[in-house]
Amino acid sequence: MVRQRKWQHDFWFVASFAILGLYLLFMVYPLSTVVRQSVVDETTGRFSLRYMRQFFSQPYYYRTLLNSFKVAITTGFAAVIVGTPLAYLYTMYEVRGRKTLQLLIILSSMSAPFIGAYAWILLLGRAGAITKFIQTTFGYTIPNIYGFSGILLVLTTKLFPLVFLYVSGALKNVDNSLLEASANMGCTGVKRFFTVVLPLCMPSILAASLMVFMRALADFGTPLMIGEGYMTFPVIIYNQYIGEVGTNQNFASAISVIAIIITLCFFLVQRYLSNRHSFSMSAMHSLERKKASAVGNFFIHLYAYGVVAISLLPQVYLIFLSFRKTSTAGIVFLEGYSLKSYQQVFSNMGGSIWNTIRICGIALFIIIVLAILISYLVVRRRNITNAIIDSLSMIPYIIPGAVVGISLITSFNNPYLPLVGTATIMIVSMVIRRIPYTIRSSVAILSQIPLSIDEAAESLGAGKIKTLVQITVPMMLNGIFAGAIMSWVTLITELSSSILLYSFRTQTLNVAIYTMVAKGADGRACALSTILMLFTVASLLLFNKFSKDGEIML
Amino acid sequence: MESWIKIRNAMKKYGDFVAIPDISLDIARGEFFTLLGPSGCGKTTLLRMIAGFNTIEGGEFYFGDRLINDLDPAKRNIGMVFQNYAIFPHLSVRKNVAFGLTNRKFPQETIQRQATKFMKLMKIEEYADRLPEKLSGGQQQRVALARALAIEPEVLLMDEPLSNLDAKLRVEMREVIKEIQNRLRITTVYVTHDQEEAMAVSDRIAVMDRGTIQQIGSPKELYQRPSNLFVATFLGRTNILDATLYLSEDGNGLHFAGGYDLPMPNLKNVKNGQRVAVSVRPEELVIKEGEDVGRGKCLMAKVVYSTFLGLNTHYIVELENEKRVEIIQESQIYDIIENGTVIGLTIKAEKINVFTEDGLTSLVK
Repeated sequence: MVRQRKWQHDFWFVASFAILGLYLLFMVYPLSTVVRQSVVDETTGRFSLRYMRQFFSQPYYYRTLLNSFKVAITTGFAAVIVGTPLAYLYTMYEVRGRKTLQLLIILSSMSAPFIGAYAWILLLGRAGAITKFIQTTFGYTIPNIYGFSGILLVLTTKLFPLVFLYVSGALKNVDNSLLEASANMGCTGVKRFFTVVLPLCMPSILAASLMVFMRALADFGTPLMIGEGYMTFPVIIYNQYIGEVGTNQNFASAISVIAIIITLCFFLVQRYLSNRHSFSMSAMHSLERKKASAVGNFFIHLYAYGVVAISLLPQVYLIFLSFRKTSTAGIVFLEGYSLKSYQQVFSNMGGSIWNTIRICGIALFIIIVLAILISYLVVRRRNITNAIIDSLSMIPYIIPGAVVGISLITSFNNPYLPLVGTATIMIVSMVIRRIPYTIRSSVAILSQIPLSIDEAAESLGAGKIKTLVQITVPMMLNGIFAGAIMSWVTLITELSSSILLYSFRTQTLNVAIYTMVAKGADGRACALSTILMLFTVASLLLFNKFSKDGEIML
Repeated sequence: MESWIKIRNAMKKYGDFVAIPDISLDIARGEFFTLLGPSGCGKTTLLRMIAGFNTIEGGEFYFGDRLINDLDPAKRNIGMVFQNYAIFPHLSVRKNVAFGLTNRKFPQETIQRQATKFMKLMKIEEYADRLPEKLSGGQQQRVALARALAIEPEVLLMDEPLSNLDAKLRVEMREVIKEIQNRLRITTVYVTHDQEEAMAVSDRIAVMDRGTIQQIGSPKELYQRPSNLFVATFLGRTNILDATLYLSEDGNGLHFAGGYDLPMPNLKNVKNGQRVAVSVRPEELVIKEGEDVGRGKCLMAKVVYSTFLGLNTHYIVELENEKRVEIIQESQIYDIIENGTVIGLTIKAEKINVFTEDGLTSLVK
C-alpha cells in the first residue's frame, strides 16, 4: 500500500525531471551554443562582439533587419485590414455556404508560404501566365511583383486567416444585447462597428496581429523565392549558414541572437498591451445573423469570396499545372495534359511522401504525449521544477524556425550525439517548434476540468496513474485531438528549420518541393504540392468531423 | 453510542494562516453528522482532511481504531459526494456508478449487480446507458450519490451536495438523502451553510465559525438552547434585545428599557445589574392588544409593516428605543394589524436565551 503510493509519487517526480532534462538537452543547450557562438571570435576563440558590430555597421546586413520589420509590420496591418471586416461580415450577416467559406479561408492559410510565392511568380512574374495574357491582349506590362510588394501579397493572403479566426472567435463572445443597447442609444451601422464592435475585439486583433507579425518576421521561404534583391534577416541567416559563398557560422549565430532579442521585445510589448486592455466577455445571447439588403448582400459575397478566390488562386493554378504535359526532364511545361508529373513523383519521390508521414507522425505523437504530461504537471502539480518547465515551454514561441535549426545542427554535430542528418533531429525540431501551442491548449482544457473530478476518482479507489489514463486524458481527448490535427497540418508544411536539417534520407514533401522549385518551374513540384494540399484538405475534413462546433484555433 | 470517526486536536495551516487551530470531535457509527457554518469557517477544510484531500498539519484522525492521517484517499474506504457532483462526463451513468467497484477488481458479475442495485435505489436505472450531460441537476446528484454508495463505504462524505440545485429540488433531494441514510445507516459527514437543510437531515450538528466549533448538538438543542450568540443568530431568525439583570428575593428576572420586567427563574452565574444580550425568536414574542397593553406590563411597539405568508403573518415593529423587531404570529381570521398601530409585546420566558453582554456565554441553565 505504502509502496504503491510512493511509486505513484515517483512517477510524476520522474516525469518532471525527464521533461526538464529533455528541454535542457534539446533546447537550452543548443540555444546557449548559439548564444556562445555569437559572441566568440571564430579564430581566436575569445569573447568578442565583432559579429554584432559587423552586422550593425554594414548596410548590407542591417538593412535586412529594417526590411524584415517593414515586411512584418505592413503584413500585420494588411492582414488586419483584410481579416477583420471578413470576420465581422461573416458573423453578422447570412453568407451562403458558411461552412465551405470558413474551410476555404482556413485552407488558404494552410500551405507553406513559399509555395504561394512560387505560384504567384508563375502567375504574375516576368513570364507569368497573367502577365503574358495582359501583355498580349492589352499591350500593357503589369508592375513587377518581385521584392517587397510580392512578399506583402504572398504573406497577406497566407496570414489574414489568422486574424479572421481570432476576430470571429472574439465576436462569438460579444453579447447581442451590447449591440441592441448601442442601437437603443442611437448608435448603429458603421458608427457602431467603429465605436463598439471594434474596441470589443481589440484584444483579439492585437493578439492576431502579433501572430501575423511573428510569422511574417520569421518566414524565410517567401523572401527567398520572390524577394530577389529584397533580403530579410532569415535569408541572411540561411545564407550565412549554408549559403554557397562566404558562410560564417558565428556570424549566423549573432544574427540569430539579434533576431531572438527583437522578437522577444515585440512579444513583451504585446503582452503588456493586451494585459492592460484585457477584459473578459462571454455571451449569453450570441450575435444574431441578419440578412443584408440585396445590394449589401452582393457586396458581402463579392468581398468574402473574392478574398478567398485571390488567396486560393495560386494553389488552384498549381493543381492545374500538375496535370500539364511536361518535357522529359519535367522542367518545361508543354501544351496538353498528362499524368506524367505524378508518375515521376511516385517513381522517384515516393520516399518524401513516406518521410513526411513518418517524421511528422512521430513528432505529432511525441507532442501529444509530452503536452498532456506537461499540462498536467503545470496545472495539477505546481512546484518550482514544473514552473520552470512551464516557462521553458514558452520559449519556442519567440525563436524563429531557422534559429531552432541552426542551434540543433551546431549542438549535435559531435561524436557523442551525432544526430545531424537523422530523422531524430527533424523530429526534435518539429516537437520544439510546435509543442508550445499544444501545451497552451492542453493547459486551457485541463484548467476547465474541476479538480473534484480527480478527487472523485481517487476516493473511488483509482490510483493517480489510473485516474490520469481513465478519467483525465479521455476528458481532454476531444480538445486535444482537434488541436492535434491543426498541429499535423503545420508540421507537414514546416520549412524553415527542416530546410536546414534535412538530409537525402529525411527529405519531406515540403523540402522536396522547395528544392525543386528553387531551380525553376517544375511539373513534379506542382504534383507534390497538390499531394500536400490533398493531405491538408483531408486533415481539415477530419477535423471538422471531430471538433464539436467546427471551431478552429491555431 | 460507539464513536466511529475520532478527531483529536486537528490543525490545518495554509502557509502561516491557521485555518483550523484545534478541533476534536467524535462521530458515532451510523450517525448523520453535519458541519454547519458560514463560508470560510473551515467546514469544507475539515471534511477534506477526513477525506484525505487536504494535508493534516496536526492532530490525529481515526476511523475506529485505525489512524488514517497518512492513508491514501483511495484506501480510506470513503464515499464522497462533491458540490459540483464531479461526475465523469465521458462515462455512462452505469459506468460512473460502477467505477469504484471496477477499481476494487470485483468479478464483473458482482460489479454489475451492485451497480444495478444502487441505480435502482437512487431511481436512475432507466438512465443507465445515457451520458451524464443528458441528465438534469437532480438526476446527476442521484448518480453522484449512487456512485459514492456503490462501494459500500464505511463513511459517506458530502460537501454541500445540494447547493447547485434549485429551491424545490433541494428540498426533495434532502428528503432522499435522509431516507437513504436512514435505510443504510451509513456514517455520514455532511457539510452545508444552509441551517434549514442541516436541521432537516442531521442527527447532530457542529456549528463552526472561524475554524472553531461553537457548539455540537441535536437540531433541537441548537435551536432552543444555543450556547452563544453566534449560534443563536446563525440558526434560525432571532431578535437581540438589550436588558439588565435583577436579582431579588421573589426571583430573578430581566429588566427591559421602557420599564418591562420579565421573571426568569432558570438563570445561572448572574450578578445584579449585569447587562445582558437577550435572544428572542420571532415566535417567542406575543402581541397584546386592548387593556393588557400598558407601560410596565409589556414592551411597547408600533407596527411598521406586515407580511402575510399564509400559515404565518410576519410583523416588523419598532420598539420605543427605535430598534426594529420581527414577530411571527400564526395567521388569524380577523384583520391584520394595520401599519402604525401601537401594540404591546410580551415574551415567552421559558423559551428565550440570555447571554453575557459579549455574547460568548449562555446564562440559561
